[in-house]
Amino acid sequence: MKSPAFEYMRAESIAAAMTAYAEADGDAVYLSGGHSVVPSLALRLQAPALMVDLSEIPTLSGISLEGEWLRIGAMTRHVQAITDPLINKYAPLFSAAAPYVAHPAIRNRGTLGGSLAHADPASEFPAVAVAIRTELEIASPTGIRRVPADEFFLDIYETAIAPGEILQAIYIPVPVAGQVIGFDEIARRRGDYAMVGAAVQAVMTDSIVTDMSISLFSVGDRPTRAASAEVALQGRVIDNASIADAQAALSDDLSPTDDPQFPAHMRVLLARVLLGRVLSNLKVVA
Amino acid sequence: MKTEITLTINGEAVQEAVTPRTSLADLLRDNLRLTGTHLGCEMGSCGACLVMLDGAPVHACLVLAVQASGHTVKTVEGLNESGEIADLQQNFYERNALQCGFCTSGMMMSAQALLAANPGPTRDEIRDALSGNYCRCTGYEAIIDAISATAAQRMTNAGEAQ
Repeated sequence: MKSPAFEYMRAESIAAAMTAYAEADGDAVYLSGGHSVVPSLALRLQAPALMVDLSEIPTLSGISLEGEWLRIGAMTRHVQAITDPLINKYAPLFSAAAPYVAHPAIRNRGTLGGSLAHADPASEFPAVAVAIRTELEIASPTGIRRVPADEFFLDIYETAIAPGEILQAIYIPVPVAGQVIGFDEIARRRGDYAMVGAAVQAVMTDSIVTDMSISLFSVGDRPTRAASAEVALQGRVIDNASIADAQAALSDDLSPTDDPQFPAHMRVLLARVLLGRVLSNLKVVA
Repeated sequence: MKTEITLTINGEAVQEAVTPRTSLADLLRDNLRLTGTHLGCEMGSCGACLVMLDGAPVHACLVLAVQASGHTVKTVEGLNESGEIADLQQNFYERNALQCGFCTSGMMMSAQALLAANPGPTRDEIRDALSGNYCRCTGYEAIIDAISATAAQRMTNAGEAQ
């Protein structure tokens, strides 16, 4: 399958990219790693007049520590979540999730910003972003703003990024003392879309949960915080009893719909099994 | 409208005029007749079109030729001519790790990148590295055997060289 014809512009700055987008009257698409956009063109799901390539804009790259935040440029490749020492140290849940994202060659090219902006509800990085309370920095023609991940993902493939705006960086609060993480997913084949996935970050003080953040994916139209399960664990030791309560609470948190692959109740069941596994294998990171 | 691009392919500087929708795979196959890069699904699923872009395997069907401008590409022809995968090719041959050969150039890219990053991979790690490469002939076991054997030989050779 071949893409329809389009014009191409390699933007040298965010301002130039936004100007080009505006001049195309919105009949344009931004390109980062291209691993969702390019197949969508080949499948003729969209046919923009102009493609604005953001991949060589210097300010979109780079990973740096800024006070209590790790800043990851939106153009950072998936593979860097595995190999970059700053991400390993300060955003270890991204590192834990990255091997589950597609396949090695895809990870060499796909970008963290692209994955978040694409907002596929079955994808790993958006769920991680929610679990670790990331803030997303969005450039618009009128200025720059930061949106918490909880408010960023709005619906399937829909985020707080308005047409023409550009996600330029991901800000991650650095781990605090007692922080633990867990990540896992259930998929039919390695690298395939998860039937259900879980990203967990918690803070333990003297073995007691003082902060719990559970973010599930492939369970709805966006990454889903399991608020009732979090409450069930708050102030408790993580043991069989508290895990069972958290698993039970998931029926209040999830309301998946039946889909052609399997019924909704099976997804909730899988989420319970998976949450049990992840909570039993939390890893201390700070 | 065509765009002028310049890139390095298998060590040679290449200048071409391409339409923006032309994929890197189509540039290689149609314009340059480097047909060792195969096109299966053209949507990033099958792994037949993998090439090295700036030293790392990528899907040539998902990279636009215009995006590759200014970058360095190595195809299976380049890996073949340099001799750097000669042992891998020999092991694939000896263990019947290919039948129709459609997936093989992509397998070479994934295997070469894996062994560069991890010289002594377990069978599970090899399996994981090949998770994005479809083979419909072999059932994969022979491919894993061939890569595993290559890893062992390279480690032995590296040990002797020291």
